[in-house]
Amino acid sequence: MSVVVVGASAAGFATAEGLRRNGYDGALTLVGAEPELPYDRPPLSKQVLTGQWDAERIRLCGQDKATELGLDLRLGTPAAGLDTAARRVSLADGTELPYEQLVLATGVGPRPLPGTEGLRGVRMLRSLEDSLALRAELRPGTRLVVIGAGFLGTEIAAAARTMDAEVWLVEPEPVPLGIAVGAEVGEFVAGLHRERGVHLRTGPGAAVRDFKANAGQVEAVVLDDGTELRCDLVVVAIGSVPSTGWLAGSGLTLGDGIQCDSRCSAAPGVYAAGDVASWFHEHAGVRVRLEHRTNATEQGLYVARALLGQAGEPFTPVPYFWSDQYDTKLTAFGLLRGADEIRVVEGSIAEGAFVALYRKGSRLTGVLGVRRAKSVRQWRALLAAGSGWDEALADSPQ
Amino acid sequence: MKITIDRDRCCGAGQCVLAAPDVFDQDDEEGLVVVLEESPAPEHHQAVREAASVCPTATIEVTE
Repeated sequence: MSVVVVGASAAGFATAEGLRRNGYDGALTLVGAEPELPYDRPPLSKQVLTGQWDAERIRLCGQDKATELGLDLRLGTPAAGLDTAARRVSLADGTELPYEQLVLATGVGPRPLPGTEGLRGVRMLRSLEDSLALRAELRPGTRLVVIGAGFLGTEIAAAARTMDAEVWLVEPEPVPLGIAVGAEVGEFVAGLHRERGVHLRTGPGAAVRDFKANAGQVEAVVLDDGTELRCDLVVVAIGSVPSTGWLAGSGLTLGDGIQCDSRCSAAPGVYAAGDVASWFHEHAGVRVRLEHRTNATEQGLYVARALLGQAGEPFTPVPYFWSDQYDTKLTAFGLLRGADEIRVVEGSIAEGAFVALYRKGSRLTGVLGVRRAKSVRQWRALLAAGSGWDEALADSPQ
Repeated sequence: MKITIDRDRCCGAGQCVLAAPDVFDQDDEEGLVVVLEESPAPEHHQAVREAASVCPTATIEVTE
């Protein structure tokens, strides 16, 4: 057999490692668009950005390990096309790679903000290169506007504040992280940022209307309410786009990512894993695409087993994510978006230590905690079991 | 078997505790990994290998 894995980040690497661990000894090619050996992305908006960690610290795989795993590494060569009938991937440098089984783990790219093309001083953060470039520009007193208060935007704002930059965080939603974790927890996160001196602008008036520049260098961000935020640097963190452009015409179903069945298969002999994979989660009863670091590993390991015919069950993980905001770590299991109700069942948001449950319809769909990480994990079993809301409250593990 | 951890990398997912509850725990606040047995008995070895492999941030290193 021969396996080609396209995407050399967490999901692709986990797949490759999982294949070897589960006994696969055939040809294994790992294709990466970046010239880097596999590395871990979450520290890019945290420890790497602040300079606490150097680039080597985030490697998931060194050259030794790649050799040990027998990986045919093709780094710095983005995939350019896929012919599923001929079972062949073509790379941007003209290479044609035949495969018997293919894994697509190309991840996502940052969503660009129209109007910023060609403006100097406007950055996005996805790669190690991006993080190091941003770090080089952040100095005490640097005036930074972060556009978008999702996980990436809030973590960048927090990191920049610890580096004594002057930070504006702008977001057209009412609160930071509101879509991801709900208004109550979002308000808590807003408080953390205000306490640290971040200038937080939220709500419709904080939508970005325009930029001002001098000789191509950004000078100010103009908000919808007319406010002009003078700045040296802008980071755009308004979400991401699945990296599927190269799959146009491949015959795969591309919607929000690569559409797979409940076993992460997109076509015969073709699987997807990580941020780019959209699959039907049979327990949750919905199609899911997760941009969680933990899912990249879990899904990669699942796909490795699936390729070898060892998977058995469909892929039905209990999603997990965390976010670091200054010295506060948020941890969560389940699916939190679009909840009908959020209920604090332990501690309180006001005291900054709590466990909150998320309900959608009559089901428990998620749990999030701050300074109660162990308690949070105790709810995981109920999520895995697909517990009803009333039943969950009655069977509270505490 | 010897377990070494790079605790700074830990993201608090608790996957290791699920895989090998006799060997790993989490601290209460941040949920970061705590190793209960640095040199676990043979009956735990398979579970520990599993814990290391499912750790999403490659925090756990096992030398045998």
